[in-house]
Amino acid sequence: MKRSIIDILDLSTQELEELIATAEDIIADPDKYAHACDRKKLATLFFEPSTRTRMSFEAAMYELGGHVISVSSAMSSSAAKGESVADTAKTVSCYADIIAMRHPKEGAAYVAATNATIPVINTGDGGHCHPTQTLADLLTIWREKRRFEGLTIGLCGDLKFGRTVHSLINAMSRYNGNRFVLISPEELKVPSYVKKGSLKKFNIPYTQTTDLEAVMPELDILYMTRVQRERFFNEEDYLRLKDSYILTPDKLKNAKPDLAILHPLPRVNEISVAIDDDPRACYFKQVLNGKYMRMALILKLLKEAGTI
Amino acid sequence: MNIDSIQNGVVIDHITAGQGMKLYHLLKLDETDLSVAIIRNVVSRKMGKKDIIKIDADIPVNLDVIAYVDPGATVNIIRNGALVEKRQMELPEMLTDVLTCKNPRCITSTEQELKHVFRLTDRENKVYRCIYCETKAGI
Ligand SMILES: [Zn+2]
Repeated sequence: MKRSIIDILDLSTQELEELIATAEDIIADPDKYAHACDRKKLATLFFEPSTRTRMSFEAAMYELGGHVISVSSAMSSSAAKGESVADTAKTVSCYADIIAMRHPKEGAAYVAATNATIPVINTGDGGHCHPTQTLADLLTIWREKRRFEGLTIGLCGDLKFGRTVHSLINAMSRYNGNRFVLISPEELKVPSYVKKGSLKKFNIPYTQTTDLEAVMPELDILYMTRVQRERFFNEEDYLRLKDSYILTPDKLKNAKPDLAILHPLPRVNEISVAIDDDPRACYFKQVLNGKYMRMALILKLLKEAGTI
Repeated sequence: MNIDSIQNGVVIDHITAGQGMKLYHLLKLDETDLSVAIIRNVVSRKMGKKDIIKIDADIPVNLDVIAYVDPGATVNIIRNGALVEKRQMELPEMLTDVLTCKNPRCITSTEQELKHVFRLTDRENKVYRCIYCETKAGI
């Protein structure tokens, strides 16, 4: 049956574990998957630019033996001519076997998914959801820790608008024994609906602080985020807050030796490049993990749709 | 129209005082040319004060709207001067084209042909969220 992924919570914990198992199998034996999607086509519809995510999906599909067709620029696409997302989804369904879509408006992927006759993967709908980033985060946590339970997870930076932060909280709240440390400026705290929807719902302990260094020794995972310019309504607020939380080697002095540092990338300056060679820096591994999880997800959805 | 006795029509009773006008608009009664009476601040033994809407025509009213705005209200269907049906309200699972999403980043803000649909996500606290962007509804 055709199925789309809009939100990370569209996947059960069991399905997540299956995706992780597939991803690790791909890593162990990529040749086994080199023709898994022969002659199948992925359509990448990016109504706002995101070179990294698009490249990751393209690489994923090529490594599965499939092809990629794309509408890369919103200006040259039919969107500029006023075609609706619904019509675009129906049209592209005639050409491709699966869609990866990014759109600046929240809920756009849902509209595409309800109108397409092929699976749709949401690769970012405004500030709403970006589930494949969370898949990359989860595989990274798994490969570094070999468990999803009993972890102290620090989230730092823009916790208000950071959709990847919200998705990670939602995903990790489903496991036992985790604890969150929410590190952000007052203005960029985790919104109450996220706390209510998962932390409080599952009785997950959490603390909120503005001081990254003070909580560093407790952390098993440190998830850094960028303070994004486009999420602010005024420039002044952005300039005042963007440098609030910068990770430097100095701040890592009291960190655990097996801390895993994650970041959804791209970074601006919130992680000093001096940390890149530290074995605890996992953010480039995370990029690679993202490709493997996208491969696993494409495989799963095409199998469920009966395409492969 | 005699507001005391309706022969064939709908009486929405036990509306929380002050909500009558809001219901009138959300039920889109202002877009019809039917005879409608809005009676405000009626003294009620049970409620202190209440509003009542009487519609002098046997038309289907959107019960979901009433349930959402004022779940305590009752809807009475009158035929040939007699009460033939009394309906209690229950919060609907979905509200379609009753409310509009206020989130400027929502896809419904740019795609005019989309229906505005809200789903009940928390019955206890009467929370509805946009099915597209998940923003909480507010009247
Ligand atoms: Zn909305």
